[in-house]
Amino acid sequence: MAGATLSAPTTANGAAAAQATQQPTSFTGKLVIIIPYTFLLVFFLVPFFIVFKISLSQVAIAMPPYTPALDFSGGISGVFSQLKELSFDNYVFLTEDPLYFNAYVTSVIVAGISTLLTLLVGYPIAYGMSRAPATLRPTLLMLVILPFWTSFLIRVYAWIGILKPEGLLNQLLLSTGIISEPLIILNTYTAIFIGIVYSYLPFMVLPLYSALEKMDYSLIEAAQDLGCPPITAFWKITFPLSLPGVLAGCLLVFIPAVGEFVIPDLLGGSQTLMIGRTLWNEFNANRDWPVSSAVAVLLLLVLIIPIVIFQHAQARAQEQGR
Amino acid sequence: MKSLGSIRRDFAPWNDPNAKPYIRFEDVTKRFGDFTAVNNLSLTIYEREFFALLGASGCGKSTLLRMLAGFEQPTSGRILLDGENLAGIPPYRRPVNMMFQSYALFPHMTVEKNIAFGLKQEGMPKADIEKRVTEMLKLVKLEPFAKRKPHQLSGGQRQRVALARSVAKRPKVLLLDEPLGALDKKLREETQFELMDLQQELGLTFVVVTHDQEEAMTMADRIAIMDKGEVMQVATPAEVYEAPSSRFVANFVGNVNMFEGKVAERTDKTATITGSTGAQIVVENAGEAKAGADVAFAIRPEKIKVSSAKPEGSVNALEGEVYDIAYLGDMTVYHVRLTDGQIVRAQSMNAARVSDDPLTWNDRAWVSFRPDAGVVLMQ
Repeated sequence: MAGATLSAPTTANGAAAAQATQQPTSFTGKLVIIIPYTFLLVFFLVPFFIVFKISLSQVAIAMPPYTPALDFSGGISGVFSQLKELSFDNYVFLTEDPLYFNAYVTSVIVAGISTLLTLLVGYPIAYGMSRAPATLRPTLLMLVILPFWTSFLIRVYAWIGILKPEGLLNQLLLSTGIISEPLIILNTYTAIFIGIVYSYLPFMVLPLYSALEKMDYSLIEAAQDLGCPPITAFWKITFPLSLPGVLAGCLLVFIPAVGEFVIPDLLGGSQTLMIGRTLWNEFNANRDWPVSSAVAVLLLLVLIIPIVIFQHAQARAQEQGR
Repeated sequence: MKSLGSIRRDFAPWNDPNAKPYIRFEDVTKRFGDFTAVNNLSLTIYEREFFALLGASGCGKSTLLRMLAGFEQPTSGRILLDGENLAGIPPYRRPVNMMFQSYALFPHMTVEKNIAFGLKQEGMPKADIEKRVTEMLKLVKLEPFAKRKPHQLSGGQRQRVALARSVAKRPKVLLLDEPLGALDKKLREETQFELMDLQQELGLTFVVVTHDQEEAMTMADRIAIMDKGEVMQVATPAEVYEAPSSRFVANFVGNVNMFEGKVAERTDKTATITGSTGAQIVVENAGEAKAGADVAFAIRPEKIKVSSAKPEGSVNALEGEVYDIAYLGDMTVYHVRLTDGQIVRAQSMNAARVSDDPLTWNDRAWVSFRPDAGVVLMQ
């Protein structure tokens, strides 16, 4: 879900840019634009409208489990009368039950905190990589990407083994005598934070690394030469110049983290309330497709705002010629 | 400007035994792993001097500059500025500023903010900063560009911003790393003179690193010629050119003809040098060269006269054949192959439109020079 929403606008933007700069008139030129747009239409817009349409329906004990199901046997007038039955009741319902609002807010807060933590962990890593000897950098880059070779799901399960009360972490801490009673980490928000920071770290490190790596080191020397101690030079020069990377990294973590389902489900336990889990429950446990569709549509809207900010910032950075 | 010229004419603290050196390198060595960038080097630079470090790339000149700025620490030896040992003082506390070869302008700041950067760091009051920035912008003639960002400027304008930024703090010493390297030839020549005027106006000590000998000759009061981490000669541009201390310096600066040979006879004033093929020349400026010593006689092309007949009364005249001629407008360059096979380069100014002694390819020709026209080199 989140993955689809993230890649979709980027592709659209790329195609639009190609159109603006080249003005292709030939058939192949048009084909280049038609292919991504067709892809978007078939695999993003059409499914989205199906979901949107379901979100306007009512739950029913039927196959499919909502009404009206789109039925073309009644001709155009039949379809039209079916469309009349659609309503925004499910959206009204979402605003009436605080569960959904709380789930959205919690998701955004959890994703926000996780993003910040990922930035705090990822920045020093990216900085260290960018200052490492040039011969060592490809290896370091490889190490960052390496976890992707193992399934995401397995890696999250592995964290259960580490974090559970009788898990590896507690065993280590108990045996060294740092703690006398096992820490309860699993099934708390802390576990979710650990899971998200761990899983999304490469998405933060890679854009940060690319921003930091292309920075001219003589700028830092110039700042020091003009009287900046290294830390001031970092905040006045390095950090502002890495902002495009910071923004890209934060959005790459924040957007999927808001809709994250696996990590809260496996590490967060039953008390944690996040929108991805709520959606899953509505769909599978309650079999309420219309409400879960409405949740999904609203989730998309929540995510579109940061995407638009991202696009805007990217366009501005391009305008500045860097 | 007149007064500035007269200051410059009398400026020679290096000849004054009482003058206090401003910057002293004392037995400085810098190694990077196995590579010795600067080898046991000693050097003194005086206050208000325009000093150039000249050498091919990799000769250690930039390392020397970076040690002065504090970006590199000497492996051994010490560097003193105005009597103070700079060891252990980080770059941000040194009263020197550097103009970087890449200019290193902060891309996210306007021209104004770039120039004000060092002043803000110093904690200068805001009103004073504004005044100083305006002054600097005026100095480098960039007032209309104050609000622009570096990427909106031309190469020459960026160079000026970098210059303004590095002098804004009024450092004791300004270090310039290939300051004109990125400019085209015409702009470079203009800027050379502007830099000299600026240095006089501000009364600062300039240390410039360059590989361009013309640039060093034009701007500097003194030049240090460097090779493989060592200083080969420190002297004024005229001395470096007319009295090089070694074969390396003579070859490095300008064009030169070298006659290798042995001192056959030595008097107080003159030395007679016999070449390997037996040709003899009599020269002055023989210095310490004793009879029997292996020496080279170095003479600049413009001090050699070419004529079709053997010049009368000339002590040194060698016969040969015109091998090549290059007409450059203001002067003509002759390559004359002597009877022993050595090719001599001679230059003559085209003072008259038509030469009264026209020479052409393969003509017999005589090259002649005065005994004091060149120098004898032992190293």
